[in-house]
Amino acid sequence: MNIEQIEINLLLEAIYQRYGYDYRQYNQASIERRVKHHLAKTEHNTIADLIPDVIHNPNAFNALFFDISVTVTEIFRDPWFFRALREKVIPFLETFPFINVWQAGCATGEEVISLAILLQEEGLYNRTRIYATDFNDAALETAKSRIYSVEKIKEYSSNYQKSGGKSSLADYYHANYHSAIFDSALFKNITFANHNLATDGIFAEMHLILCRNVLIYFNRDLQNRVLSVFRDSLRYNGFLCLGSKETVQFSSVQQDFVDFSVKEKIYQCKSRKLSTKELLTEPH
Amino acid sequence: MQIQEAINEGVVDRTTLRSRLFLTWRDWSNLEDWTNLKTANLFANNTKGMSYELVVIGTSAGGLNALQKILSGLAKDFNLPIVIVQHRLPVADEFMVFTLQESCDLQVKEVDQSDWIEPGWVYLAPANYHVLVERDKQLSLSIDEKVCYSRPSIDVLFETAANAYEHRLIGIILTGANQDGTDGMIKIKEKGGLTLAQDPETAEVEVMPRAPIERGVVDEILSLEAIARYLNRIIQENR
Repeated sequence: MNIEQIEINLLLEAIYQRYGYDYRQYNQASIERRVKHHLAKTEHNTIADLIPDVIHNPNAFNALFFDISVTVTEIFRDPWFFRALREKVIPFLETFPFINVWQAGCATGEEVISLAILLQEEGLYNRTRIYATDFNDAALETAKSRIYSVEKIKEYSSNYQKSGGKSSLADYYHANYHSAIFDSALFKNITFANHNLATDGIFAEMHLILCRNVLIYFNRDLQNRVLSVFRDSLRYNGFLCLGSKETVQFSSVQQDFVDFSVKEKIYQCKSRKLSTKELLTEPH
Repeated sequence: MQIQEAINEGVVDRTTLRSRLFLTWRDWSNLEDWTNLKTANLFANNTKGMSYELVVIGTSAGGLNALQKILSGLAKDFNLPIVIVQHRLPVADEFMVFTLQESCDLQVKEVDQSDWIEPGWVYLAPANYHVLVERDKQLSLSIDEKVCYSRPSIDVLFETAANAYEHRLIGIILTGANQDGTDGMIKIKEKGGLTLAQDPETAEVEVMPRAPIERGVVDEILSLEAIARYLNRIIQENR
């Protein structure tokens, strides 16, 4: 084991012991890169120099925590996915009087905004509750602020159009020289909450769960754990949406899902849940 | 044998000599008495005694043709796994895998999360994801920010591969339009791996292979056909 490996291991151990976040279940190469990227922004020279910060300096830790746990994303990223959501999944959701949606690992909120806009345009927003969760509070605060960089808005607008957007992204925000602020009306039915996929469990029954390009950072065991929570949260025939390079195949919940739209990695849950009556009358 | 003699006798040409001594252009022109440099340096990276376990290739503009030429020239029983980053549009399509598979006896696939790196396979980075090499010989994916405006990025592949495989790694840079990969090649050299670059004169776009050559981190500058022959020779010596 070389010196860098030793440093990373000790840093992750310090984070685990001090704050309880277990990065040892993440794929290490990504973590290493993110740590080094963070290191370059500080005045420290070696990875080991970050360890005292973790233990004694909450502000410094928060900065490190943000850099290693929050992935940069885009509004309507993978427009072809949102198009499939619009055209194939929405018709099913329309049949419900009330819809629960879980955006797991929402980071700084770009995907939540995209979802809210899509549901609004499809006329489902008023009967939907969106739960947007992440284990990083700073990211949740940014998501709640509805503020995004005006430089990226052009790219986001293009994404929005390609996803089958019915009007113009500009209808949903006000911009000045620096920032674009999205309408507060879009957040009426969104609940933001801190939820750690590695440790926390089910909190409500869902019709639709989106967790795209989050599992790629986890090792096999952690992926299985998270997928089990999703399976247990979903109604029968509920939808699970993963990133284009993710899959339920070879996971511990493989037999509980069927392909709904293969290319977009949209699955339907076929695991039967016991009703309360069945639970109460089940022999012990 | 002194260096001057070596050049006179055609054992090595000046360009190769300069790259093997890892000298930048500036160092080279400042070197006053290079004639007395020990010739041991010339062969510091010979392939005898080295056992390589992974080949990583990076390319951009003109890459598809270049990759086809190399893959079709490899021996049928080429037993080093190959991982490729070719810069590509962010929309997934199967054309690239299909085209490379046509020119190759090895099995070609796009990287999926948690793929194990295995001999006999050629792994291609998917659109809009970075590919990383884990120390336990798995491939992992990431959607982190672009590096050199690119995702997948060659630097990300090469740097993580160098960390995981160290001196048992071969890194190859082919034709392309930006400098993604140069930092990766530097890292591979730091860890003792072998670095090859497509001869810029034969490249469709020379910017990408020229950059690491200018930094003095390329062991061999070769045409595409010569790269394939070189790799075939290595696996024979590996045995």
